[in-house]
Amino acid sequence: MINRRDFCKKALLVAGGLAIPLTALEIFNPRRLRAEKSGSGKVRWVFLVDTHKCVGCGLCVRACKIENEVPYDANVTRTWVERYVVTKDGKIHVDSPKGALDGFTSTKIDQGAEHPLEIRNEDIDKAFFVPKLCNQCDNPPCVQVCPVGATYQTEDGVVLVDRSWCIGCGYCIMGCPYGVRFFHPVHRVAEKCNFCYHRISKGMKSACVDACPFGARRIGNIKDPNDPVTKIIMTERVAILKEEYGTKPQVFYLGLSREVK
Amino acid sequence: MVHGEAWTIKEFFVYPNEYIYWTIQIVMYPFMTGLVAGAFVLSSLYHVFGVKQLKEIARFSLVFSFALLPVAMMPLMLHLQQPQRGIEVMMTPHFTSAIAAFGIVFTTYAMIVASELWFVYRKYFVDTALELRQLGDKRTPVQNFRHLLYTVLTLGAWDVGEHALEKDEKAVKFLAGLGIPVACFLHGYAGFIFGSVKANALWMTPLMPVIFICSAVVSGIALCIITYVVTMELRKLIYAWQRRNKPYLPSTEELKSAELHVVTMTTKYLVMFLVLAITLELLDLIFRGYTAVKSWDILRKVIYEKDFTKIFILQYGFGNLLPFILLLLPRLTIRRAVAATLMVLVGVFMMRWNVVIGGQAFSASYSGFMEYVLPIWPHDMETFKEGFFGALMVLLTPYVLFYGLTKVMPVFGLKEDSH
Amino acid sequence: MKNHVLRPLFLVIGVVLLFLAARTVLVPADFGVHERGYMYGWYRKGNEAEWKAVKVKYKTVAYCKECHRDKYDDIKSSPHANIECENCHGPALGHPDDPPTLSIDRRREHCIRCHARLPYKTSGRGDIRGINPLTHHVEAECTMCHYPHNPKREVKK
Repeated sequence: MINRRDFCKKALLVAGGLAIPLTALEIFNPRRLRAEKSGSGKVRWVFLVDTHKCVGCGLCVRACKIENEVPYDANVTRTWVERYVVTKDGKIHVDSPKGALDGFTSTKIDQGAEHPLEIRNEDIDKAFFVPKLCNQCDNPPCVQVCPVGATYQTEDGVVLVDRSWCIGCGYCIMGCPYGVRFFHPVHRVAEKCNFCYHRISKGMKSACVDACPFGARRIGNIKDPNDPVTKIIMTERVAILKEEYGTKPQVFYLGLSREVK
Repeated sequence: MVHGEAWTIKEFFVYPNEYIYWTIQIVMYPFMTGLVAGAFVLSSLYHVFGVKQLKEIARFSLVFSFALLPVAMMPLMLHLQQPQRGIEVMMTPHFTSAIAAFGIVFTTYAMIVASELWFVYRKYFVDTALELRQLGDKRTPVQNFRHLLYTVLTLGAWDVGEHALEKDEKAVKFLAGLGIPVACFLHGYAGFIFGSVKANALWMTPLMPVIFICSAVVSGIALCIITYVVTMELRKLIYAWQRRNKPYLPSTEELKSAELHVVTMTTKYLVMFLVLAITLELLDLIFRGYTAVKSWDILRKVIYEKDFTKIFILQYGFGNLLPFILLLLPRLTIRRAVAATLMVLVGVFMMRWNVVIGGQAFSASYSGFMEYVLPIWPHDMETFKEGFFGALMVLLTPYVLFYGLTKVMPVFGLKEDSH
Repeated sequence: MKNHVLRPLFLVIGVVLLFLAARTVLVPADFGVHERGYMYGWYRKGNEAEWKAVKVKYKTVAYCKECHRDKYDDIKSSPHANIECENCHGPALGHPDDPPTLSIDRRREHCIRCHARLPYKTSGRGDIRGINPLTHHVEAECTMCHYPHNPKREVKK
């Protein structure tokens, strides 16, 4: 026999069950999960940096900040340029004052809280500049560690941040071995270089590429065999940064030296 | 100003975007969850493994663990740049992230502790509710409220017969048993959050979760001992004052001997886990020095030069070795035990500090350092949240909550101890 | 009386169901697993379009030469040929409608990005003609003597 109490209970259960559509249970859909990881798209954006050509003018940093609305004087930046000066005693001096927003205009090496270091010309064995930006890794650790799905990789390989979904935990900043991520000073969410996604998806080049007068920065589509950037990557000796992390970075460097961090 | 700039000092070459992004609150987070897990494990030692000597402290630490629970979440909320979106961790969890499981593990754990508490206190709820019901219309508004509260708390289970209570006891045992792995998971996974960051040379080690669990149990037990002693001292004072009217209350001496007995027993477990924690930490250190991979050059500078005082003097010396000796010396007194457990707490806190802040003390470029300057006097919301007073707030909240909880679920002086 | 032991469990199940119901309302419909799989492609699809819709500020030389053909020809035949107009004139944005005029960066700091002498033989920088900004006519703007569109030409006074 069913008594009133049991009936109420069961009725509630049934009503509750009906009220919850099956979609509520869909944390992820296995059918979509099977979607090919490498993607079937025709575009995969890559970047090529020629360190031989970079002179450390920082016009790329300036253009990037304005184009992508990162407050100009804030001490964070989506892209930056590093200076390496190797002296005769074997020491490696690195700096990037304000991310080279105003370029390198002095021979003094910025050392943060320490006094700037003056290096005599005759002590220099080699010196060069290395632009840095997001590597849009094929295995982006920053995306892997996002707890809420607020950062992701698009089919064409660019890693984006959903500003309306980011909780600002900073785990992605911690997870990036290249230090490209930071908190946007205005939006207060994770921020990073996205190859100027709004430009490249309109057929333009990223702002830093356009701003560079020396051709040190180039952007291309690795899936297009006729793309000049693809040709260089395929035929010349290119290097990537911090290969040991297994992130499979997609920013390639010509003339990378062992000193580069 | 950029987040992190207010308290970060950079030295030599640090990538432009690098700052100390994880600050005091992220130190507080594993410290507080450690206390939660530790307190729960302590209570389970009695419920599951039947360690009779811990009977007195078991219920106490269970309630305390419940009071600590919301506080384990607090530092995270204070740390988030968008705390109002925190719920997304449960809405769209991305399980490849160690943090994503937090919402689920934490809630599961909270529900287990809450259920266990319910079974432990069910008889009390029923008794109190019935008592208040008998008053009928003579109830004051406060009593009315309490009547309603306790009636709701019984969840309609009014049966307090012997058979039902037996079932309660079984349920408590089951939940306490279930709770141990979940508590360990809750905290071990806090260690995983750090241990799995491959970009950070100091954090990345599979030992991290285990180290975190051990030090969690250590700190949890230590805090329970201290809080227990404090409440016992208060009881002594209150009873001494009340005994004039109520001579049947236990005398100061009786309380004292009971107190010492509990403390002595509990410290034994404390020492055990302390040894385990130190062993693992030293293993990690030796292993890093021996294998000396690429990152060792900068790690060595951080460990042996920059953070030497914090690691070897405050953490290992003052926080581990000294209390270890104090606890092992014969004829333990309450005073010595309290001093030692306080030191242990400092030691565990420093361990968290050295992991969280120490892991950010060097640049990912391995060619520069960052120093964290803890903001003391806040000059804006950010320096309050991620400064001294924010941390202090987190540290004090469990006591406020504990006080509130004991109003509903008294820890001492129940008429009949069924568990 | 029936078994009371499962009461907390019922409560828990109730809370979970309530939560799942809330989830259907609060999570955007386009949130899910996309091209890169669950690990790298768990996101709100609509966000891609939001990023694509960001306003372009730097319109590149192709945009400038539509109207300023003379200036374009001027600079294209000079050593400064590769410098984009907007590097000194600022981003075009909606120019000439919004803003009608652009502000030109004539500061010394702007020129010495390249022309502060750095003795780096192993870098392209060492080959650029440079000055010591601390001693070279400190009081003057570079454009007083050097014509920026063609540094080889005399400045028209």
